[in-house]
Amino acid sequence: MKTIHSRTRLLKEAHFHYCPGCGHGIINRLLMEVIEEMDLQESAICVAPAGCGMLLYNYFEIDVIESAHGRGAAVATGIKRVLPQNLVFSYQGDGDLAAIGTAEGFHAANRGENITVIFVNNGVYGMTGGQMAPTTLLDQVTTTTPTGRNSDLAGHPVRICEVFATLDGACYLERVAVNKPAAVVKAKRAITKAFQRQLDGRGFSLVEILSPCPVNWKMTPHDACAWIDEVVSKRFPLGVAKDVEDGSCS
Amino acid sequence: MKRLMSGNATLGEAAVLSGCTHYFGYPITPQNELTEYMAKRMPETGGVFIQSESEIAAINMVLGAAAAGARAMTSSSGPGISLKQEGISYLAADELPAVIVNMVRGGPGMGNISASQSDYFQATRGGGHGDYRTLVLAPGSVQELTEVMPLAFDLADKYRNPVVVLGDGMLGQMMEPVDFSGLKRPPDYEKDYILTGAKDRPPRKIHSLIFDTKLQEDHNWKLHRKFQLIEQNEVRHETYLADDAEMIVVAYGIGARIAKGAIKRLRQEGLKVGLLRPVTLWPFPVEMLQGMAKTVNDFFVFEMSAGQMIEDVKLALGGRGRVHFYGRPGGVIPMPVELSRIIARHYYQAQARGRKKQR
Repeated sequence: MKTIHSRTRLLKEAHFHYCPGCGHGIINRLLMEVIEEMDLQESAICVAPAGCGMLLYNYFEIDVIESAHGRGAAVATGIKRVLPQNLVFSYQGDGDLAAIGTAEGFHAANRGENITVIFVNNGVYGMTGGQMAPTTLLDQVTTTTPTGRNSDLAGHPVRICEVFATLDGACYLERVAVNKPAAVVKAKRAITKAFQRQLDGRGFSLVEILSPCPVNWKMTPHDACAWIDEVVSKRFPLGVAKDVEDGSCS
Repeated sequence: MKRLMSGNATLGEAAVLSGCTHYFGYPITPQNELTEYMAKRMPETGGVFIQSESEIAAINMVLGAAAAGARAMTSSSGPGISLKQEGISYLAADELPAVIVNMVRGGPGMGNISASQSDYFQATRGGGHGDYRTLVLAPGSVQELTEVMPLAFDLADKYRNPVVVLGDGMLGQMMEPVDFSGLKRPPDYEKDYILTGAKDRPPRKIHSLIFDTKLQEDHNWKLHRKFQLIEQNEVRHETYLADDAEMIVVAYGIGARIAKGAIKRLRQEGLKVGLLRPVTLWPFPVEMLQGMAKTVNDFFVFEMSAGQMIEDVKLALGGRGRVHFYGRPGGVIPMPVELSRIIARHYYQAQARGRKKQR
């Protein structure tokens, strides 16, 4: 018998605090798998967010610092400017990166900071109980949009990849999902590519990951995964938004 | 050799000579010369300069750089320091060293760009959210910046805590002859907490999220014990003509400079007035004041604010003596002659009261 797949040793033997059907657990595992496969565990430094990802220092067997809400890209900038040879990445949610920390993410990208942002887009503020996020879809019901998101009052879902694609300092931006096995494989490939771009000194990279939040979407995990395909990815199309290496910038 | 330099530029050079390798800042008057000096000087010394998109980003870059082991600093003036309070709270909670310079201007709100001392409360009471303190150093001259900056970086590393250098628009902008030859670079400290990648050691975590209230309480008491140690060991002050004084003027920073001018005049007229200048605003020279109160009854607090440090003076005196006050808020900088007249009035009134008591 030959082992073809096993749990990554960079993920601690701890129980995730994530809700049933949540995508964070998959994304946590993918990150540690990629870091193990790229042999970066002695180099990697993760900046954890405020939000559902804030406890990931309990799971990752690498150096981790927690940042204030939204400041991940600024903290990562400070670390990377001291340790340019290390792999430095921030892990941020949609409230973190697309609302309170837009300026920090945007300008890190614009400066071409040689860091990677892992951007988890699940369309709600999960940790605080399911309020509207900047990425919440129109008509989507949340605790702060009880009759559905109305663009007259609350604006439109923000597309970070497309916005950041206009910045010259961004070298690689891709939107992926973790709602089915084929998508998870693609997500892992995108994370690997982003980290490789950083190792090559290409500048700012970001992987946006559409992730299910069944508890706050008031859906079963199965329905939440289907909803990403049927509804969410219509507003947030999957694929490479920008890759300076192959010249694509949509 | 002495060079004629502005306070802001001196501060930048003193920081470089103190081993500061990373500067992150955002333009705001009256400290722009410092940011500009660092933009030129940091690359020359192999350091890093970033003009950040905001003061919030700057302080969080400082936090990241400190977490990675660098001697890092940022600077601003009141409105920008307000924005930095979030990061300062996290630095204190994470026990990371950093130096934050505030060239105070007239406030509140947008205020103006003149010199003021109105950020005393903000600096000495923590400033941000939660139970913490920052060390606060208040230099009174351009030359003194060459002592205060190495001290600030040393204290930050020694106690793993943010240190605030509280100047003002006048100190930042004025030019004076300055000599760097006495500046000693603070030692490098063993840093077993920094993040460098988990090579040949277990992974490290830096975080201030502590869900377990008991553990959070333990952490807060640990910080508190550190602050008590700082209060015991790091009080610094200067006295001027205080030995035979019947009235002590308490003033700091540029306010003390003005007070010295006033006291010089008063001494020529035979008034026995001296000065206590706290160099550390936190920790405050409590014992010094209490010692003085054994022989002196009248304390005259002068501040370029409506009165903030006066609360620490009153707390220190604990009801002993009489506390007089003169303040000029809003960025007004009084002349020594103006201050001397006010002090003289209070001095003679205090003497008259003393005579009445004797009768």
